[in-house]
Amino acid sequence: MSDEMQLLEERVNREYEFGFTTDIETDTIPKGLNEDVVRLISKKKNEPEWLLEWRLKAFRHWQTLKMPKWAHLKYPEIDFQDIIYYAAPKTNKVKPDSLDEVDPELLKTFEKLGISLKEQKRLTGVAVDVVMDSVSVATTFQSQLAEKGIIFCSMSEAIQKHPDLVRKYLGTVVPMTDNFFAALNSAVFSDGSFCYIPKGVRCPMELSTYFRINQENSGQFERTLIVAEDGAYVSYLEGCTAPRRDENQLHAAIVEILAGDEAEVKYSTVQNWYPGDENGVGGVYNFVTKRGLCRGHHSKISWTQVETGSAITWKYPSVILKGDYSIGEFYSVALTTGAQQADTGTKMQHIGKNTRSRIVSKGISAGKSQNSYRGLVHVAKGAENTRNFSQCDSLLLGDKCGAHTFPYIESRNNTAIVEHEATTSKIGEDQLFYCEQRGLDAEKAVALIVTGFAKEVMNNLPMEFAVEAQKLLAVSLEGSVG
Amino acid sequence: MLSIKNIHASIEGKEILKGLSLDVKAGEVHAIMGPNGSGKSTLASVLAGREEYEVTEGTIDFGGKELLELSPEERAKEGLFLAFQYPVEIPGVSTTNFIKAALNEKRKYQGLEPLDAASFLKLLKDKAALLELDKSLLSRSLNEGFSGGEKKRNEIFQMAVLDPKLTILDETDSGLDIDALRIVAKGVNTLRNESHAIIVITHYQRLLNYLQPDFVHVLMNGRIVKSGGKELALELEEKGYDFIKEEMQESLTA
Repeated sequence: MSDEMQLLEERVNREYEFGFTTDIETDTIPKGLNEDVVRLISKKKNEPEWLLEWRLKAFRHWQTLKMPKWAHLKYPEIDFQDIIYYAAPKTNKVKPDSLDEVDPELLKTFEKLGISLKEQKRLTGVAVDVVMDSVSVATTFQSQLAEKGIIFCSMSEAIQKHPDLVRKYLGTVVPMTDNFFAALNSAVFSDGSFCYIPKGVRCPMELSTYFRINQENSGQFERTLIVAEDGAYVSYLEGCTAPRRDENQLHAAIVEILAGDEAEVKYSTVQNWYPGDENGVGGVYNFVTKRGLCRGHHSKISWTQVETGSAITWKYPSVILKGDYSIGEFYSVALTTGAQQADTGTKMQHIGKNTRSRIVSKGISAGKSQNSYRGLVHVAKGAENTRNFSQCDSLLLGDKCGAHTFPYIESRNNTAIVEHEATTSKIGEDQLFYCEQRGLDAEKAVALIVTGFAKEVMNNLPMEFAVEAQKLLAVSLEGSVG
Repeated sequence: MLSIKNIHASIEGKEILKGLSLDVKAGEVHAIMGPNGSGKSTLASVLAGREEYEVTEGTIDFGGKELLELSPEERAKEGLFLAFQYPVEIPGVSTTNFIKAALNEKRKYQGLEPLDAASFLKLLKDKAALLELDKSLLSRSLNEGFSGGEKKRNEIFQMAVLDPKLTILDETDSGLDIDALRIVAKGVNTLRNESHAIIVITHYQRLLNYLQPDFVHVLMNGRIVKSGGKELALELEEKGYDFIKEEMQESLTA
């Protein structure tokens, strides 16, 4: 093994840039979970009775479930009674009407994370909803969006102002009984974003939500619901970070998307939760259920994710292709370093006729990390002329990490064409040396090679985000190479 | 510019170079010839700084610096360029992006600002024309799906853009048809100037017909055993390496 490869092995302890905490008074409830806690959360959020009932039903169901064990992940038993289920920055008991009323400490925090909440952000054409711990602290550009009939606000606000819409769609794509973490989220979800694009409206700007866990020992259980009516279009971005802590933090979110006839939703994520240190101490446990429903004909839902954070990632953004001629896409880059473990992929459920799906997954593993792709392509009996193409590539840096691919294909219709391609490669010493001979040091060489490897996915991110994501990949690799 | 003194180098414990010495001055073209296994490619690897090769003895002065103390990327930034015998493929990274990264690293090392987009593109265009390189190759992934000839031309193209002080052509002629050979040679000749030294490592005379080296050295058993002008290459082509072996035998017995 050459010195470079050794360095690559040795220097897996990268620094996590967003590891600071914000010193702010927080309104928290005691640790633990029972019906009273569920009631308390619902009360704090001043929720209608039906929602409390819904939460309680979810909680009762959750109690009958066990944590799923099928993923290629190793972690200690999670003590669900040792988690704080509600934490809110105290200054924000009532959500401020304008940004001038937002605690400057909070503004500073997000400034530091590269998110300007001042509406100058307009120049870049992105509206932001910011969620810290359990609550949304600010949403920008609401009035401009409202002119077009677009609703973009926090979930809590939506529950107060648009209860009928929330009631109509909540849990219709990810039922509360869907899985262990979905049931848990349904019982205790605190905030998240709500987005409604009316019929025929093309959302004029990117919408984004930024999630930040700050409070110690707290879990974050946000819930996002995006509804695009017939002919609507929206591009949605999601970013996340957390402070550096020695304890593990639980994040169990749900994202639901509905797309009507000829509607299109593009959902992009850059997930950069605190990954823990190189020995696997601390870091966020990320158990997320994301699903989109193409309910109308010619609808399209596209997931793009760049996953670089979290100690554990368990996440399968999926699409149910119900409408005829609907399209589902999943583009993913998952980078694991240090002791990170990721088990991520997608499910494409073909139900309608002439539906198409495309899966492009790029896994990059370094250090002692484990990186798995898990995907299901299901073709229902009546799904005539279904097409799927899947490509899963893995890149290994060093020889202590692992890459795994678990593709499942279930076809009940013989007109379906399902293709799967997979490759695994290692960054070769020849490639590294070639770059070095041209004047690039090993770290830059690896960043270049990885960027090239991930290019097909990065190309699907909105321009501004792509640059960020590329930087994030390079930063995440820093220290994992010599 | 380059002064190699008594270099001994081995790989996996096996000594390949056994006391090689060579002086190369700016503007000169030196050809290194020799049979298989004589140590030609080892010399190229040692100069470029490949880790697998261990230098056990000797010194290499490169423009006043001890080359052996520099990392491969520092050597490159000091102006050493190796045209690879087997250029590697880097999927997803276009030739343009790759060379831009390389050029800007070198400029940074020299204390220069990165080249602005317009000047960079003009530079690329000019050098691509010189190597008769199809411009579409520049936007394709580096060397991916390139033919053998395209890969070698791409090496010389990179050399042209990076403008090194010392270029080592490691069997650049191998696998080239006669047209590609002519284009490569033309490219190299155009970049021949007083400040640029070139070491041509080759098996055959044919590239030397185009390049007209100032010196030809014969490498055998890890050492330079005979040096001469370009006529030596012709003699080798005609008589093979055996005549040198015989000469060596004679000098030993004499």
